[in-house]
Amino acid sequence: MGMTMTQKILAAHAGLPEVKAGQLIEAKLDMVLGNDITSPVAINEFEKCGACSVFDKNRIALVLDHFVPNKDIKAAEQCRQTRNFAGKYDIKNFFDVGRMGIEHALLPEQGIVGPGDCIIGADSHTCTYGALGAFSTGVGSTDMAAGMISGKAWFKVPSAIRVTLKGKPTGFVSGKDVILHLIGEIGVDGALYQSLEFTGDGVAALSMDDRLSIANMAIEAGAKNGIFPVDDVTRSYCEGRFTRTPVEYTADEDAEYTREVVIDLSTLRPTVSFPHLPENTRTIDEIGEKEVKIDQAVIGSCTNGRMEDLRAAASLLKGRKVADGVRCIVIPGTQQIYLQAMKEGLIETFITAGAVVSTPTCGPCLGGYMGVLGKGERAISTTNRNFVGRMGHVESEVYLASPAVAAASAVTGYITDPAAL
Amino acid sequence: MKVHGTVHKYGDNIDTDVIIPARYLNTASHSELASHCMEDIDKEFISRVKPGDIIVADKNFGCGSSREHAPIAIKASGISCVIATTFARIFYRNAINIGLPILECPQASAAIQAGDEVEVDFDTGVITDVTTGQTFSAQPFPPFIQNIIQKGGLLNSMEK
Repeated sequence: MGMTMTQKILAAHAGLPEVKAGQLIEAKLDMVLGNDITSPVAINEFEKCGACSVFDKNRIALVLDHFVPNKDIKAAEQCRQTRNFAGKYDIKNFFDVGRMGIEHALLPEQGIVGPGDCIIGADSHTCTYGALGAFSTGVGSTDMAAGMISGKAWFKVPSAIRVTLKGKPTGFVSGKDVILHLIGEIGVDGALYQSLEFTGDGVAALSMDDRLSIANMAIEAGAKNGIFPVDDVTRSYCEGRFTRTPVEYTADEDAEYTREVVIDLSTLRPTVSFPHLPENTRTIDEIGEKEVKIDQAVIGSCTNGRMEDLRAAASLLKGRKVADGVRCIVIPGTQQIYLQAMKEGLIETFITAGAVVSTPTCGPCLGGYMGVLGKGERAISTTNRNFVGRMGHVESEVYLASPAVAAASAVTGYITDPAAL
Repeated sequence: MKVHGTVHKYGDNIDTDVIIPARYLNTASHSELASHCMEDIDKEFISRVKPGDIIVADKNFGCGSSREHAPIAIKASGISCVIATTFARIFYRNAINIGLPILECPQASAAIQAGDEVEVDFDTGVITDVTTGQTFSAQPFPPFIQNIIQKGGLLNSMEK
């Protein structure tokens, strides 16, 4: 029996000729990631078990991104602990304020992760790097600690769902709409313990930013990882960034999948996830013109804080104003993206329209700071989760959408089809 | 090893944001995390929970974030075991890695009610609802995971 792309990467990193779904393996890691929330717990574990060295100072990435610039004293202490650890063990890929970006926008951009890698990160959206043809999955802090010590992690080899993409997206449809549509189809546990393996001629129609958004939210369908084949889009993205040797894996012709989901990209419409689960999707056509009034629009996050996202939002905000009573918060994913947006005049567009632009941070996505919602308030957001209380008050609401829909909605004050502006 | 306690019952897709809201993630203190456990879905939980109590839930328990603070908060609140129809995979790993026993058992999840007295035998996987007299069989952990739990967590199992 053939192997899926994920299974091939896992087999290679476990030093085995073949692996099967359900098999427990120990795999070598190419990168171990943590942030300012999860690293302190990992560092405590690391120290508690008496470890005195890391497996490879070049293969650990520590990114302060959730609550920085420090939102309060406790956050400052967590950053201090992580910073001290990075200094003590001479961690090469340590990113502090001024160099940091949102981890899953930053690591691909900086060429720290690439095709064929086996990566764990103590952040659930570590699955983002599957866009580059890597096996990459979120774990907890104890796994991170163990990974930093040994350079290895145990995995149960996942079975896979094949997601066949056909055609090309039209109009304002982006990668975000593809993944929200898929989660709406299979549910928040539709891919539980499994891989989502994307394939088909539609992949070529998706930019790297689209793919990163899609792979990012694989976890929102319960998946262990999401993965894209390596093609010219991947190769040209990695060129000049990724300094290690990329390894391209392809699924065997006779690989086994538990099911196949076919998505015709040309028929997709801008899609919105209603509270309080990402699977509660509706197309923009199923939402009344003035049905959902919003108080806040957030454009950013590890899902949608990249260049194409900011360009899409700016194209709709240019020459327009954010509606009275709406707070529009734009958060570039990294310093490089921020700078590029400035060069392209997007920052001026945002500020002129009445939006605020923040330094890179996860901030409001998880209700940390920089846009926490009050009781009864509603946000349209390009982030990835709309659970109860996710962005603030337990009685607030989050609607997940693409940057185009969020920007259009910021202009009208209601969830709006960008094509209707 | 056996545990015995009163059941706190929840539904589908109990996510890590309601288990421990992100506004409390500026600390790694176990007792502080425990004091906010489940507060966005069940304000009374923390005043009601007693050492040894058991959480029973439906499908996809622990979905969402990778925060280990979620199983830590549950364990530190006194909960001795979580039984669910299914668990989200990162939560599953994290719970095992920190030594919070969890069992998948759809029949038990469906039948057991809030307030029931339940006993769980981890050696046999047998779950007994003492209140109703019903028993259920959960899959015992595979040897690999048993080893992690017996050694008291992943890091202990790695040493030597």
